[in-house]
Amino acid sequence: MSIAINKEKCVGCKKCFSVCPGSLIQADENGKAYVKYPKDCWGCCSCVKECKVKAISLYLGADIGGRGSQMTVETKKDIVNHKQIMHWEITESNKTVHAIDINPKSSNQY
Amino acid sequence: MKKVVQIKHLETEVLIIGGGTAGCYAALTIRENSKASVIIAEKANIKRSGCLAAGVNAINAYIVKGRTPQDYVDYAKKDADNIVRQDLLLTMSQGLNRVTKKLEDLGLVILKDENQEYVSRGNRNIKINGENIKPILAEAVNTLDNVTVLNQVNVIDYIVKDNKILGAFAIDVENEILYEIKAKAVICATGGASGLYKPNNPGFSRHKMWYPPFNTGAGYAMGIRAGAEMTTFEMRFIALRCKDTIAPTGTIAQGVGAKQINSKGEVYETKYGITTSERVYGTVKENQEGRGPCYLKTEGISHTQDEELKKAYLNMAPSQTLKWVEAGKDPSEQNVEIEGTEPYIVGGHTASGYWVDLNRETTIKGLFAAGDVAGGCPQKYVTGALVEGEIAAIAALKEIEQMHLQEQLQSTNQAEEILITKAKKDEVEAILNFKNPIFTTQQLEEAMQKVMDSYAGGIGSNYSFNEKQLELADEKIDQIIKLSDGLNADDMHELMFVYELKERLTVCKSVIAHLRARKETRWHSFAENLDYPNKSDDWLKYVNSKVVDGKLTILYRDLVERGETYEHSN
Repeated sequence: MSIAINKEKCVGCKKCFSVCPGSLIQADENGKAYVKYPKDCWGCCSCVKECKVKAISLYLGADIGGRGSQMTVETKKDIVNHKQIMHWEITESNKTVHAIDINPKSSNQY
Repeated sequence: MKKVVQIKHLETEVLIIGGGTAGCYAALTIRENSKASVIIAEKANIKRSGCLAAGVNAINAYIVKGRTPQDYVDYAKKDADNIVRQDLLLTMSQGLNRVTKKLEDLGLVILKDENQEYVSRGNRNIKINGENIKPILAEAVNTLDNVTVLNQVNVIDYIVKDNKILGAFAIDVENEILYEIKAKAVICATGGASGLYKPNNPGFSRHKMWYPPFNTGAGYAMGIRAGAEMTTFEMRFIALRCKDTIAPTGTIAQGVGAKQINSKGEVYETKYGITTSERVYGTVKENQEGRGPCYLKTEGISHTQDEELKKAYLNMAPSQTLKWVEAGKDPSEQNVEIEGTEPYIVGGHTASGYWVDLNRETTIKGLFAAGDVAGGCPQKYVTGALVEGEIAAIAALKEIEQMHLQEQLQSTNQAEEILITKAKKDEVEAILNFKNPIFTTQQLEEAMQKVMDSYAGGIGSNYSFNEKQLELADEKIDQIIKLSDGLNADDMHELMFVYELKERLTVCKSVIAHLRARKETRWHSFAENLDYPNKSDDWLKYVNSKVVDGKLTILYRDLVERGETYEHSN
């Protein structure tokens, strides 16, 4: 279980460092984020949610059946009704993108 | 160059150890009722620490319309086959709806019907969007006056004198600092223990587990060492989960009514019973008898149900949605494979933890326990942990008010205090400066997990064990404890890893002792003793333990039945 950090997108804001429940993310020599202990990641997505530039994505390890897709999330305004939504994107290794939008104000149905 | 740590002295009226669900709520309760100063020491950051980092699927402990708190007690008692504290369960149940309302006031989204009543999911649950439940709690705490949140500060030991708590020692996870935090009362809310047993995914995804891998049993271990009485560590918790992602199954089972089926398509859950442990046991047996793998039967659900499931999982266990999407198969097209997790010790689901009175005060004066670390009161879930945080907070305030000035003065003997702090500084620096270690912390963690898996009823032995195996487990854990004195930490973060390993080893010793002491099989899988495969009314009692003269000692106590209340008598 782990996250991938895109160094080109990372702006070094360090917000992911503090929010990780395992304090697993640290700064590299250029001040950008890197996962010091990738095997210790719980997969909770706290850092994925915290990253405002979508530099962090979640993927499933090959040992749990992962196929290389990467997942990000951003909170933004819906273009149609201008309400806040959580916009999740799953990008497959062949670049196919799947999106799921969730209204944070609406409850789970189950 | 020799590494040194700087000592920082802090003082507070109430120290809360762990800023998770129970800890945050304890702080909110203190500020609503008093001006007492509070420090929360949190090993990560309260925004996303503890069990609720990714969110939670539902409020699973709620008294829905037409039900009473006593009904909840009866349910929990039945699920644990009588080994519960009914006094604790009742006081918890009476507060469930109160704290739920408070959560809603703080901003939690709860589904309501046209009459503005909560929509229930079954007999004890209500539907929510729990993705941001922890940030909501953390934000409320961060706005409180005179509540200091020390993020990335990991408590490693209590300061106890004459069985009275005086505070705790903590290390900064980043900087070379040892904190000595003096407090009039301490609320331990560190959560339960994961990582004792070899996990489902022992390789790269070793931390893809049910319970937070960062909950290492610190609260249990510190209490055990300080001589606190503990209860029911033999009632281990094993969760039934989606294979690989170890995501919850309840949302699918209850949400779309999916049954547990074996590879032949037969519904097997009714064959073994439907208590929490029986659902796990049935899955183990079906696999053992050649009818695995087992599934939740989701094939044939509607497209709308697919989409709602994917959204629900993004709000609590995002990896499961990722798995469905990247496999290109929705649950309607493929049944969801399930498996049991490795065993955990967690007082929010089973009854393991501190032996407490009605105030959630432990057997150490001034030390309170709330949430997963507190025993006797299973099926707490989120709301039960909040209620315990509330009860402990109010009781801690009362105790401080009643403290005589004399007592406070007595507790601070400066010369003695300097000695204790110096000893802790030496202990920490010895690890930071240990030369040429043979083993790493990681290696010893894996060794411990293998021993527990093989000899103390892990996944590898279908959760079962016998007396001889437990005896071997105990010997082998002792051996690893010896080895753990020869570990080095390069920095403060690795120092935390060393302490976490030692905590887990301490908890392992207690788990083994408790498993050995209960000579029956009351709960399949949770405590499957092959030498005593049946349950017996002779064992309608609590198995408790405490360290006496340096030795872990088992004691037995009579059940606290309906209408009775337990009080500490000494």
